[in-house]
Amino acid sequence: MLSKEDEEKINQIIDRYRDDSGPLISILQEVQTTFGYLPKDALFHLSRRLKIPESKIWGVVTFYSQFYLEPRGRNTIKVCLGTACHVKGSDKILDKLRKILGIKEGQTTKDLKFSLETVRCLGTCFLAPVMMINNDYYGRLTPDRVEHIVNQYR
Amino acid sequence: MAKVKIKIDEKEILAEEGSTILEAAKQAGIDIPHLCYEERLSPPSSCRLCVVEVEGVQNLVASCAYPVREGIKVKTNTERVKRARRVVLELLISNHPLDCMTCEKSGSCLLEKYAYELGVTSSRFQGERINYPVVSDNPFIERDNNKCILCGRCVNVCEEVQQCGVLDFARRGFATLITTGFNRPLTETACVFCGNCLSVCPVGALTEVERKGRGREWEFKKTTTICPYCGCGCQISLHTKNNTVVKVTSPPSAPVNSGWLCTKGKFGFEFINSPERLTDPLIKEDGKFKKTSWDKALEFIASKFKQIKKEYGANFIAGLSSAKCTNEENYLFQKFMRAVIGTNNVDHCARLCHSSTVAGLARAFGSGAMTNSIAEILKADCILVVGSNTSETHPIVALQIKKAVKNGAKLIVADPRKIELTEISHLWLRHKPGTDVALFNSFMWVILNEELQDKDFIEKRTEGFEQFKKVIEDYNPQKVQEITGVAADDIIKAARIYARAKKASILFTMGITQHTTGTDNVLTLANLAMLCGNVGKEGTGVNPLRGQNNVQGACDMGALPDVYPGYQSVEDGRIREKFERSWGVSLPDKKGLTVVEMIHAIEEGKIKGMYIMGENPFLSDPNATRTLKALKSLDFLVVQDIFLSETASLADVVLPAACFAEKDGTFTNTERRVQRLHKAINPPGLSKADWEIICELSRMMGYPMHYEHPADIMKEIASLTPIYGGILYSRLGERGIQWPCPDPSHPGTPYLHKDKFTRGKGKFHSVTYKPPKESPDKDYPLILTTGRVLFHFHTGTMTRKVKGLNMIYPEGVIEINPRDAANLNLSEGETVKVVSRRGSVNAKVKITDKSPHGVVFMSFHFAESAANILTNDALDPVAKIPEYKVAAVKIEKIRE
Ligand code: SF4
Ligand code: SF4
Ligand code: SF4
Ligand code: FES
Ligand code: FES
Repeated sequence: MLSKEDEEKINQIIDRYRDDSGPLISILQEVQTTFGYLPKDALFHLSRRLKIPESKIWGVVTFYSQFYLEPRGRNTIKVCLGTACHVKGSDKILDKLRKILGIKEGQTTKDLKFSLETVRCLGTCFLAPVMMINNDYYGRLTPDRVEHIVNQYR
Repeated sequence: MAKVKIKIDEKEILAEEGSTILEAAKQAGIDIPHLCYEERLSPPSSCRLCVVEVEGVQNLVASCAYPVREGIKVKTNTERVKRARRVVLELLISNHPLDCMTCEKSGSCLLEKYAYELGVTSSRFQGERINYPVVSDNPFIERDNNKCILCGRCVNVCEEVQQCGVLDFARRGFATLITTGFNRPLTETACVFCGNCLSVCPVGALTEVERKGRGREWEFKKTTTICPYCGCGCQISLHTKNNTVVKVTSPPSAPVNSGWLCTKGKFGFEFINSPERLTDPLIKEDGKFKKTSWDKALEFIASKFKQIKKEYGANFIAGLSSAKCTNEENYLFQKFMRAVIGTNNVDHCARLCHSSTVAGLARAFGSGAMTNSIAEILKADCILVVGSNTSETHPIVALQIKKAVKNGAKLIVADPRKIELTEISHLWLRHKPGTDVALFNSFMWVILNEELQDKDFIEKRTEGFEQFKKVIEDYNPQKVQEITGVAADDIIKAARIYARAKKASILFTMGITQHTTGTDNVLTLANLAMLCGNVGKEGTGVNPLRGQNNVQGACDMGALPDVYPGYQSVEDGRIREKFERSWGVSLPDKKGLTVVEMIHAIEEGKIKGMYIMGENPFLSDPNATRTLKALKSLDFLVVQDIFLSETASLADVVLPAACFAEKDGTFTNTERRVQRLHKAINPPGLSKADWEIICELSRMMGYPMHYEHPADIMKEIASLTPIYGGILYSRLGERGIQWPCPDPSHPGTPYLHKDKFTRGKGKFHSVTYKPPKESPDKDYPLILTTGRVLFHFHTGTMTRKVKGLNMIYPEGVIEINPRDAANLNLSEGETVKVVSRRGSVNAKVKITDKSPHGVVFMSFHFAESAANILTNDALDPVAKIPEYKVAAVKIEKIRE
């Protein structure tokens, strides 16, 4: 169940989009910003309030990779697996991260500190192999540097 | 519609402008392969199987999306087209389990069909596969995503037609699949188990659970007949093997339902082959039923009826005919009672649902049936639904309403309960039960006050207006707000919407009729329609939705104490003579007793014997305790039924009858459409069709009835019944005929009172508001209102023999508003005692805001929680309909 407060937060978001047509995606984005992910109860609430069937909402949130149905870590680590990075050994970087964090890509650590993701090209191939933590780029990585960098975010 | 000239495969075709190539080709008898296109749904145009070549267009085009244009030349079957289609199929098959040898769909699968036609045996594309678990999360529909070809038909039908939005595409790319929101089990979604997704699925991805392992598609015999449940009158096809019904479908060409069904029609057939069916005549000896032969049973009955007749007189016998039986059987039943027994004491359950409609509309218009047709709902721009939980009681009519609203019609719902339609209505008037007259008089106050009435219509086509107008003056919305609990503003708004609409249609059911003021309620709605000129035109009218599959027909056939077939009065000498001549006996000239009056007459010793065909008055009649006592006290009771119902178990003799699937005949649906029933299988054991039983009993009583086939009975009906004058089996075809149909060249009548009312002029009645007979008070503080639910029918004799329906809706509940529940300290699921002045029953509590504050709701399907032990048998003075919709009750906690 949603708390009264959370419900109110969502209602305010909905109200802001009242005059837009087809505002579902924008609303979902804002709800995600507010909660860090899309809690199921929030989606049920949206379905009722917007009179959009649950199946539609489910279709949208599972279609776009930007939406998360599980709580996210405070820090998001994105490891590039694009061609350039691949050639420069990005798989070893990913391996190392899995080991340090104890999770696989797509998962979040128990203490909610990190979520691990992979992407196809971060657009900075000249730095390959690259990873990104939140908004910071880390290039020309070697597996031994990874732990030190990650620790700065703990 | 303008036409354009096009050429398809060298054939010149006149196609309708705006149609697609695929549609035009179909019209011309050219079948273009298609998977995602379904004629009744909007085309997703995603499968690309329907590609064709259009001269001058470089790429192949999807014919289901490409509109025809003057002069285009189309080729549907070139090598290039076939190659493209093969690629489509190969791609589908590369990710498809080729299980055809064990797949239930094989034989009617489109993927299989097209693969066969195009010679596609395997796929060049071998790739990754996802293995989905088969989902069996409900009793009706099994989902196998491995076989799904993502055509989207199920998604569309659920969204566009059923408007439940249960299914949709999720994820994307290769991982795309059809699923429910949050992958929830269907039982936890808004799914109503109509099965319409299943019926449009072109492959084996959606399958009837019941059908599994019961045979291959080509082994089934398919018989098209009419659904035995509600008055919508949907056409269904029974698929049978070894005298057993395996599944039910419906042809898209079905006149009423276009192939769509509700859960009862689609999945409610298990009762037909139930082992509990009656197979032999039974005679009660020492309180126990013993099997006997037909001859012994019928001889016994004949001797008993003769004895009662001799000892007391014919009027000491009464008969209840059945709205579940065919027209022919109802005709014979009333003929038997009138000509053989010699009494007009014949009635049936219509008394309990729509007798006030028949009485009211006959007075106002001269004809007591739905004025317009179901399909015309789409033509109305305002729909007023009163006292009708249409989505649960008449699901196919509800589909039309939903479609009309989607197309822009305005919907006004007047109902104390928060029914499904309130979710899509423009205005919902939540009036207190039993205050309908006040509410609609107030509508008319607004209309007259703002001069929105149709003066021309009133002047030319009606009478009684001036007097009526005076009565309305007392009903200004401010005052009526007090009576009804509906805000004056809403009354005004609603009245304006109704009056300003070009075509407005009123639909109602028992929320209007089952009151001591039932006839008044109906007259009020008739007044409203006449005031705005909404009668005698397409898409308008006053439309009572009849409950039982053949309740319209049973009334038409004169299974009523005051009229012969076709509503011809028994008290009219000339008419009586006509029937006397045809039937060769003299007939009683006084009208007989109605259902509830019969029960009261038994108590007074004025009825000694009863013949009940296919009815279960113990559960359906008000004040059940009293009914039970009365039936038990009869000297002699014969019940003819398909099951040993609660009432049959009280009988002295029980006769086993064939059910709808086992006989020929006709049913007349709520829009007066007479439709043909076709025998699909043989009846179980020694049971026989009701018409055969009546004929044999009649012979035993010394009055031979000879009919080879129900068609012969219909000939006799047509000869005596002007409104059925042109109804002949040879004319009924697939679409049936809507009465009045006076002669064999008449096409039938979609809407009544076109240039003239049946009674000449429409008559305004002056109706004043009277409160219900029983109001809540200190001792019985709550109002009980009763009704039906989607998953069951009537007294449950049929639906409660269907496993799946009982899994979804297993028991009777009492619905109560959260506020009342809190006051009484009740919790969800707790069993309580519901008490009225007439008795008490136990039921489980369901807390819901569907019920308004102060009102509780129960359905009457369940013998264990028989709502009719509580209801009031106070009667409407004209129609003698009991007040099922308002009884005062209290709720008591049961101590653990
Ligand atoms: S769905 Fe059709 S093609 Fe697929 S296995 Fe079944 S019959 Fe064969
Ligand atoms: S059964 Fe009816 S309501 Fe349920 S998913 Fe299928 S179409 Fe929708
Ligand atoms: S389940 Fe059937 S109807 Fe629905 S998308 Fe799949 S193949 Fe089409
Ligand atoms: S491939 Fe990694 S940044 Fe472009
Ligand atoms: S039928 Fe035309 S694209 Fe599917």
